[in-house]
Amino acid sequence: MKKAIESFALSLVGVVLLGLLWAAVSGTVAKDLPSPAKTWSESKLYIMAPWEKRGEMDQGILRMASYSLYRVAKGFLLAILIGTPLGFLLGSSPVLFKMFDPAIQVLRPISPLAWLPLGLILFRQSEPAALFTIALCSMWPTVINTMHGVQSIPQDYLNVAKVLRLSGWKKFTKVLAPATLPYMFTGFRLSLGLAWLVIVAAEMLTGTPGVGGFLWQEYNSLIYSHILLCILTIGMVGFTLDRLMGMAETRLKAA
Amino acid sequence: MALIELRGIGKSYGKRDVLRGVSLAVEEGEFVSIVGASASGKTTLMKIASGLVAPDEGEVLIAGAAVTGFPRNTAVVFQNYSLLPWLSAVENVRLAVESSFPEWSKAKHTEQAVKYLEMVGLGAATLKKPSQLSGGMRQRVAIARAFAVEPRILLLDEPFGALDALTRLTLQQELARLCQAQEPRATALMITNSVDEAILLSDRIVALGRGPGASLSEAVPVSLARPRAADLMMHDEEAIWVRGQVSEFLASSGDGGAAKRAAARAVANAVAVEA
Repeated sequence: MKKAIESFALSLVGVVLLGLLWAAVSGTVAKDLPSPAKTWSESKLYIMAPWEKRGEMDQGILRMASYSLYRVAKGFLLAILIGTPLGFLLGSSPVLFKMFDPAIQVLRPISPLAWLPLGLILFRQSEPAALFTIALCSMWPTVINTMHGVQSIPQDYLNVAKVLRLSGWKKFTKVLAPATLPYMFTGFRLSLGLAWLVIVAAEMLTGTPGVGGFLWQEYNSLIYSHILLCILTIGMVGFTLDRLMGMAETRLKAA
Repeated sequence: MALIELRGIGKSYGKRDVLRGVSLAVEEGEFVSIVGASASGKTTLMKIASGLVAPDEGEVLIAGAAVTGFPRNTAVVFQNYSLLPWLSAVENVRLAVESSFPEWSKAKHTEQAVKYLEMVGLGAATLKKPSQLSGGMRQRVAIARAFAVEPRILLLDEPFGALDALTRLTLQQELARLCQAQEPRATALMITNSVDEAILLSDRIVALGRGPGASLSEAVPVSLARPRAADLMMHDEEAIWVRGQVSEFLASSGDGGAAKRAAARAVANAVAVEA
């Protein structure tokens, strides 16, 4: 308990120090960077009325974040719906693994900025293109972790499935899936983090309402303090998502 | 005809010969133990007998037919329990019952699982996960799982190897009791590194010489009346004689040639005692 308080206090000190650094930089070398005080006074409206809708691109910050979250949820769901079975398939077949692992390693590091134009060409609409990009970029950790999980199931458990003569479905539900679950969840957590990272790029390029779209619009309108508002919001939402997934993961592993 | 028959089994891993020319026939209802030191190829032999690993030479016959894959009506008890950690004791046993008797109702599956857990003294721990059980209790669950499918063949791969000496003694007696109680008696093949354990449970004992290229000694019959008490090993003449036979073979089997000589000597001694 005492340690928890101590580390919380220290993290607050860190935030304050970084705030001071921000203030110092904005006052000296980077004159265009809005100071913390200016950012607060210009963003107050968006923070204090977080759900208000004044126009298509002029809405409270939480409302904007909720649009983004909804979009991320759809893309993430798509990613794990495709990624998990794919991981199982590649993990359980050495032939498929050898066939597709190199291709996956090539596709994995491609930036969302590269996928998005392709999505726009394929779907001709910004929303499906954004989902395509999110799913395609965030899928890989789920695929790779699930694959790795299946590959590292202890031989003992596979022997149990063999000597009990379990049917294919029983083997999957009683042995393969439970043994892989912790790995899968690590994959989901990393995928969600990536999906949130991709959203900003997707919204910036498609101009859809959300934190990323808002950020790009305010850059074009020269209201730089709102860029910082968006950046901080993105960071905090990402942090919260990761913490929630982390909590779910610990609970799962304890069970 | 023998129920389980190993014919000239040979297996090597890379350049290392693990087993060479291993032959053994186990009659229906018989309990046969294979005693060997660690790293003598015991586990490999068991994996071959249970169809988990294919031999390089020779074949395994069950009731006269060559086996490919894991044989039907067979249960295995592994040294390391091999329980699924995400299932409770009763779920672990029930999973085996379900796949052996798919025609039964759900209630009957549970009933059978609980019945066998009670038989090994775990009636109060049916809902516990393996991680909440001690090593001895886990192996009890594994034994219940093996007997709950009412197997015709029982394969025991160093079933008590991971347990402390006291727990080992109790569980040996329980296994003997379960085997006696089963009707009809299962045919059992046990691998162990303890001669006393083999004497306590078996009808016949064969020794597996030390590798590389290990082969089996002649079988030593054990005709002691059952149930056999653990202190029999100290006083009973036959028990002492059997232990001497098996131990001598194990001690002298440094290489293939020595193993053959020892096997010959064992046979000679056996004849001498009978005469």
